[in-house]
Amino acid sequence: MRIRAQIGKVLNLDKCIGCHTCSVTCKNVWTSREGIHYAWFNNVETKPGIGYPKEWENQDRYNGGWIRDKKGNLVPKAGSRWRILANIFANPDMPAIDDYYEPWDYDYHHLQSAPDAKTMPTARPRSLISGERMKKIVWGPNWEEILGTEFEHRSKDYNFKGIQKEIYGQFENTFMMYLPRLCEHCLNPTCVASCPSGAIYKREEDGIVLIDQEKCRGWRMCVSGCPYKKIYYNWKSGKSEKCTFCYPRIEIGQPTVCSETCVGRIRYLGVLLYDADRIEQAANAANEQDLYQAQLDIFLDPHDPEIVAEARKQGIPDDWLEAAKASPVYKMAVDWKVAFPLHPEYRTLPMVWYAPPLSPIQSAAEAGHIGVNGEIPDVQSLRIPVRYLANMLTAGEEQPIITALERMLAMRAFMRARHVDGEERLDLLERVGMDLDMVEDMYRYMAIADYEDRFVIPTNKREYAHSIYDGYSERAGCGFTFGSGCDHTGGSDADVFGGKPNTQRKFFPIRVEKASNSKEPAAHDHEAWRKS
Amino acid sequence: MANYIHQFIFGVFPYIAGTVFLVGSLLRFERGQYTWRAMSSQMLTGHSRWFRPASLAFHIGILFLFFGHLVGLLTPTWFYQDTLGIDPGFKQLFAIVSGGAAGLLCLFGLTYLLWRRLFVPRVRNNSAGMDTFIICLIWLQLMTGMSTTFSSIHHLDGGVMQQLAHWAQSIVTFQAGGHEYITNVHWIYKMHIFLGLVMFTAFPFSRLVHIWSWPWAYTRRRYQVVRQQ
Repeated sequence: MRIRAQIGKVLNLDKCIGCHTCSVTCKNVWTSREGIHYAWFNNVETKPGIGYPKEWENQDRYNGGWIRDKKGNLVPKAGSRWRILANIFANPDMPAIDDYYEPWDYDYHHLQSAPDAKTMPTARPRSLISGERMKKIVWGPNWEEILGTEFEHRSKDYNFKGIQKEIYGQFENTFMMYLPRLCEHCLNPTCVASCPSGAIYKREEDGIVLIDQEKCRGWRMCVSGCPYKKIYYNWKSGKSEKCTFCYPRIEIGQPTVCSETCVGRIRYLGVLLYDADRIEQAANAANEQDLYQAQLDIFLDPHDPEIVAEARKQGIPDDWLEAAKASPVYKMAVDWKVAFPLHPEYRTLPMVWYAPPLSPIQSAAEAGHIGVNGEIPDVQSLRIPVRYLANMLTAGEEQPIITALERMLAMRAFMRARHVDGEERLDLLERVGMDLDMVEDMYRYMAIADYEDRFVIPTNKREYAHSIYDGYSERAGCGFTFGSGCDHTGGSDADVFGGKPNTQRKFFPIRVEKASNSKEPAAHDHEAWRKS
Repeated sequence: MANYIHQFIFGVFPYIAGTVFLVGSLLRFERGQYTWRAMSSQMLTGHSRWFRPASLAFHIGILFLFFGHLVGLLTPTWFYQDTLGIDPGFKQLFAIVSGGAAGLLCLFGLTYLLWRRLFVPRVRNNSAGMDTFIICLIWLQLMTGMSTTFSSIHHLDGGVMQQLAHWAQSIVTFQAGGHEYITNVHWIYKMHIFLGLVMFTAFPFSRLVHIWSWPWAYTRRRYQVVRQQ
């Protein structure tokens, strides 16, 4: 048994309001540079929908993730090492920029400098790739916001597998949910496995998957290899970039930026212990539906004294073991079984888990034909089909999802009875395998969700002191650079080896016809501008 | 004067080019790891039907041409003629046919890629000066290389080929006076050699450095990489 610790994450979709604060704060910190501004290390999708990039879940198109081959071996879906190398000159599975969207900005300057005209000046879009005018913006990072496309288009959603989806196109039956997505920091990442340069690695201490920007050669196999499409090719620097799990913050015990700023308080960070020797066995379960349970099985119980003793022997610091006991992620994923991995069938053993959302009871049910099991409505009559959630979170296995939804419903019903009616309805709990302690804990973590309960992050500073970021030696340093030393001009000098500066944003100047001094309304000027 | 220029270009410049190529590559690898990349622009025009065939044709073609030159020019005459019993005339014909085929393949791909670099706005506007320079240089180099066929088709005895090989071998073995071997070859060969030397000089300052990075280690490593901080 080889014990490793990882900072895992749970997102409670039941409380996500789709406000995109996580995405925006993440972008401001990590991806506001040229070449990567099309990328969203964290994005929030409205489901059902094909998502960002288009149809990212469709692995017949992108060949991401792993498959179990005929001999029972676990191999990347893109093929063996030689097949991956053979595609190095032109990756056939690579998403194009149009699959994400063409990034753009507006000619805001024109609003201030437009000549006098009969009509209001407008700020028209300009491509951030070619610098040219865009006639029409046809796709964006969140084009399907709140079901913003035709049903025919968004019903290509992979999670409709095995569902008679046509009825969900009708207004009365429509449903939606938000799905915030970031890098899963998998136990068995395909991006790492498909990197020809060996530049991507998983950190042993906390499980964060990072790209060594120095070693990356831009072969782009990770972009298609990742089934979640959470590695982005920076076309300006020629390197791939990905979510860093805000490791500089995690190392000093702070939550990631997306978690810290989540106004819905849906994000949880905590330590999970697992047996690294059993990763391959778990990822290689014969049946896709068994993958969720297989991953649960390799997590180790931090309350078991034998595990703790062994972990300590293998060098896991004490504060990490303490944090593992208090880990909200362990409670939700393992103790209560209300959180699930995203698409376990990709066999990557993802470490960002999701609590499924409850949804309103369908109107037909409300009109008296409601499916009710006692006080608790039948989860099959929830607006979001259970099968849809199962396709997303458990490879189509419905029972774990039903149990989780029932527990969340029971928690609500119990707490409503306690606070409104003043009754202790323990009978509600028994049927779904809960007791008083559990429901109170669940209520504390999932409903109240205090900061200290959501984020239990051990710092690295004492045990890993020899290698951690050292404030004294970094004092008066130049912070993040592109390896060219301290450059007080912001790294704007061209590299002697012909590299273009990566830190400066390219600015496309706009040409505005100078208004002449004539008093006439310059309608013709406006025309001239329109043609430019 | 002409003789002096000839001596400089084919006797001295090769050493300047070679030194810049090797020392420059080493320095860049040491000092500018972050700039060491293939600089693919595939994703900018990812749905183009022609990109993949063109890129494959170009890379496969040029790899064949590179190794063809390497083996063809640097194999000593005594080795292939006496030890292997290959007639120089046959070797030349073989080089013309196989090199011509690879050249045509490469030309198809490269011409598309050059057009794309010059005229597709997304690529045009994101090309560094060096990117455009190097692709034009390779295209010219390919054109001069393929044009030599029109000259060499008239002398199939392998004589000129041997002159060129002797020049190359004298350069890499540091023998003075190698330039004299090619004093009287057709100017198109000289042009081809000169452009080649320019390419070696530009190598460390361009995206060509990715040629050094053959990811052989990938075929042998485990799938997962776990590192400590």
